[in-house]
Amino acid sequence: MTLEKPLTKDIPADGRALDLGGYERVGGYQALRKALRDMTPQKVQEEVKNSGLRGRGGAGFSTGLKWSFTPMGADAPRPKYVIANADEMEPGTFKDRHLMEGNPHQLIEGLILTAYANQADIAYIFIRGEYKFSEERLARAVTEAYAAGYLGKNILGSGYGLEMYLHVSAGRYMCGEETGLLNALEGKRANPRAKPPFPQVSGLWGKPTIVNNVETLANVPHIINHGAAWFQSLSHTKDAGTKLYGASGKVKRPGLWELPMGTTMREILEEHAGGMREGLEFRGALPGGASTDFLVPQHLDVPMDFTEVQQAGSRLGTGTMVVLDDKTCPVGMVSNLIHFFAQESCGWCTPCWSGLNWAKQILKALEDGEGKSGDLEKLEFQAKFWAPGHTFCALAPGAAEPLQSALKYFRDDFERHIQDQCCAFQRR
Amino acid sequence: MLTTEERQEIEVEMARYPTREAVCIDAMKIVQRHRGWVSDESIRDIGELLQMSSADLDGVATFYNLIFRKPVSPHVIMLCDSVSCWIMGYDRIREHLTARLGIQFGETTADNRFTLLPIVCLGACERAPAMTIDNDLYGNLDPASVDRLLEGCK
Repeated sequence: MTLEKPLTKDIPADGRALDLGGYERVGGYQALRKALRDMTPQKVQEEVKNSGLRGRGGAGFSTGLKWSFTPMGADAPRPKYVIANADEMEPGTFKDRHLMEGNPHQLIEGLILTAYANQADIAYIFIRGEYKFSEERLARAVTEAYAAGYLGKNILGSGYGLEMYLHVSAGRYMCGEETGLLNALEGKRANPRAKPPFPQVSGLWGKPTIVNNVETLANVPHIINHGAAWFQSLSHTKDAGTKLYGASGKVKRPGLWELPMGTTMREILEEHAGGMREGLEFRGALPGGASTDFLVPQHLDVPMDFTEVQQAGSRLGTGTMVVLDDKTCPVGMVSNLIHFFAQESCGWCTPCWSGLNWAKQILKALEDGEGKSGDLEKLEFQAKFWAPGHTFCALAPGAAEPLQSALKYFRDDFERHIQDQCCAFQRR
Repeated sequence: MLTTEERQEIEVEMARYPTREAVCIDAMKIVQRHRGWVSDESIRDIGELLQMSSADLDGVATFYNLIFRKPVSPHVIMLCDSVSCWIMGYDRIREHLTARLGIQFGETTADNRFTLLPIVCLGACERAPAMTIDNDLYGNLDPASVDRLLEGCK
């Protein structure tokens, strides 16, 4: 069986972006033509819902279900918005950059289809400021799409119209959080908003708004072209489609691969990433970015999909794993992660701004050989304190995941830091 | 005073959003592109154009990593300090940069050529450790490649 790689197969190997002509030659914008000609918005929504597509930004929520809450029909508030969340800032994650740099029109077509399915009037691509190539290539692609009649009033003579704008962010992890992103687009600090109301009902400037991740949107044209059943058939497991998996850390070949959803961590690490570097052993990995629980050698055969990774006690997250080797200090790694979360906390909720800074100081003390008995219990208390429901958004609950799992799997390392009053790895 | 060019660029952005406030981040980035940073005077001028108070604008400016409220040198180096780069040798690159430039994070060299800042994950984890110079990305860094990059800066 040849593996299908719908998202990446047309990305030029030489690092250039596929331009409009190149995209059209491989079937680009055929899904848009099909949808506008043959499908009602409801039919597009249904196809995506039936495909089983789940959000690739990390939360894994059903995309079709998300769309189904959008008010439709003549009475729906206007304008309605759709947003591509291209604020890829989850540490360890570098998948959306590849899709945007290599095939910007695929994202644009997915966003237009999403807009059509939800009968939106305006689309924004919210991209982080450091992604210079992605920004340049998307800006050019949007201009090309307007010139070809895929954007603007009366797209391809269908009567449906959409305006699309690029918003280049000024940088902050919170902008990737759905409601923080809405505040950032409104020109505010990217603090989170209370849910409900959900953005589909009351989002940008109080209007119905759909926010989807880049990889999620890139799947939509293929689902419309080939159908829900085809999309389901791509996967090894119940969660449908392919997935962009990545590996960074001390593996032989760090990188990114589009593989069937449900590929095991072992296959990704050993076959695609080439295994660990000489002289190093695998100790664990954050399976999908900084805010996911560590998985350890006993989990190597877990299929990497939303359902199975959750059963193993973690989350698929973004699917780009950060690998911990046996010569790198797990306490130092967690200290680095918690420093990141403390710095990027927006300060809105007390468990987050206060608790993260407290934990950061304890972890720093452990690393500096100044750990005290009781420190690990304080860290455990904090991780519980950041649980979902205690804060407006998922930043603090996300930060708890690597901390609580490191305390579980690498307990000896933490205790040794206190007993020996130093870091045995002495990597610095 | 905003220049005619700055004002025109900000007005292009105004057509893309239904409120003036929504343009404020773009407006500050436009001014920064022309002047290197956003001064108190620029905050006042942008506030006047967008009908926002200086306090509101400063609250937004200080929230975002890429808006500079202090002068920076012509070359801004941002070194990724997030997890993959940390595993792959961030400390060694930081030590090399700070020793070679004679400055710490947040500082500018005496000859005003380089400003050094930390930055969160640049999404270049497969090429860690990574940094940007003037928003151009460089990965797989070691002390020798850092030296070459610094020497290449005019």
